[in-house]
Amino acid sequence: MKNAAFNAILVLVGSFFFSSSVLRANEEFSIMHHIQDAHEWHLWGEGHSASAISLPIILIDKGVKCFSSSHLYHGKQQQDTLKDGSVQTYLIGVGPAKGYALLHEKIYKLAAVRLTFHNGHPHNETPWDFSITKNVLSLFVGGLLLLIIMLVTANFYKRKGPVAPQGLAKFVEPLIVFVRDEIAIPNLPDGKHVKYIGFLTTVFFFILINNLLGMVPVFPGGANLTGNITVTFFLACCTLVITLFSANKNYWKHIFATPGVPKALLPIMIPIEVVGIFTKPFALMIRLFANMTAGHIIILALFSIIFLNKSVAWAGLSVPMALFISVLEVLVAFLQAYLFSMLSALFIGAAIEDDHH
Amino acid sequence: MELVTPSYGLLFWTGLTFCLLLFVLTRFVWKPLLKSVNARSKIIEEALKEAEKARQEMQALNAENERILKEARVERDAILKEAKDAGTKMIEEAREKAKAEGVKLMESAKSAIESERNAAITEMKAQVAIFSVEIAERMIRESWSSDAKQKELASKLAEELKLN
Repeated sequence: MKNAAFNAILVLVGSFFFSSSVLRANEEFSIMHHIQDAHEWHLWGEGHSASAISLPIILIDKGVKCFSSSHLYHGKQQQDTLKDGSVQTYLIGVGPAKGYALLHEKIYKLAAVRLTFHNGHPHNETPWDFSITKNVLSLFVGGLLLLIIMLVTANFYKRKGPVAPQGLAKFVEPLIVFVRDEIAIPNLPDGKHVKYIGFLTTVFFFILINNLLGMVPVFPGGANLTGNITVTFFLACCTLVITLFSANKNYWKHIFATPGVPKALLPIMIPIEVVGIFTKPFALMIRLFANMTAGHIIILALFSIIFLNKSVAWAGLSVPMALFISVLEVLVAFLQAYLFSMLSALFIGAAIEDDHH
Repeated sequence: MELVTPSYGLLFWTGLTFCLLLFVLTRFVWKPLLKSVNARSKIIEEALKEAEKARQEMQALNAENERILKEARVERDAILKEAKDAGTKMIEEAREKAKAEGVKLMESAKSAIESERNAAITEMKAQVAIFSVEIAERMIRESWSSDAKQKELASKLAEELKLN
């Protein structure tokens, strides 16, 4: 059901990634695997010799069940040949993870010894999975980092009062003032920005810190959090909810009785306008997701050149290119944080705009 | 497919984390920070205004000083002139007075000298008269001491009487 809802996005945006033969060329070294969420934090190595940090798995399945993901990753590897001839490899949990299987980073409940497949997809039930995955851990690290930076900054002003900023405040204050003066105030004039400044600044720094953390190649960085559709979906939903709840009469009038449009056209106009409500946050969601994911894919693809050709000489090409893209990604990290908060402010501003017809 | 499928587990944690961050940061960071930034810009604005005001006051004060100095100079000149005039006048007056006094003194001296001389002359006249009488007495006594002389004198006086 959820999958069906996002089929359209897959076709429109994701087809490039999925059809790319390079990405599918090596099952052992899968870029797609690296940019997606996982129940463990892979550090280095391949297969059974891989070093990874096991993360806690939290399942709600007739009560809360907590266990280490190592019980799944170090469980029994099962290979099933389906009716259409394709081979599915999955892991069957042992110890406390008994009764669960892990296929493509998704946990299924085992009814029998194996998973049952239907049209190439597992037919088994899934438990409610609230695991601290790689992305969740990265989220916590990012949040904590943000909290520390901001509280240190706030503490500076608490101690010193309204003085010229020093230390961390010197770096953070211009960004906060930038969000207020360049994002909030121009889009939400006449003092209306005060109500929304908290959300806009939080969104800006939340995206920024997680974008930058995603650029750090070693633990606890490197998780593709802001390139995860769930996170961008949530943030876009926040913008949508705030827009809808702060919208005034004019906003709704423009949707259900667009001024200057003949009555006869309304049956066409209303659905278009209603869809318009959702396309704006939808674009927000896709923009951030696609930008960050694309950045990660490009960098990983450039490094993959070395491994696909099995020659370190290729590093002479791939490292400078990856470095260039990395620097570009730092710019993109700021740009996307700016765009998301700026467009959110724009949408909210449009919804609370006074009538000027 | 998994790439574009939201997972509710991550959604839950994202929601929780974001809402906590939103609350904590808004309550403890954005609001107090922006407040102190605003306070600071207000302080700077006021300080600038104050400085401008002080500058203007300074200018006004300077102009006032200049004016006062000018006035004082004029006054000083006037006082000096007045003093000079007064001095000249006093000297003139003193000179006049001294002159008059001198004249007066001289005159009184002259008259005193005159009266002294007159007195001296009068006394001398009296003295001379006394001496003359004494001399005449003695001469008369001498001439009348012998008969010859008395005869001669009588003849002489008779001669004179005759002539008359």
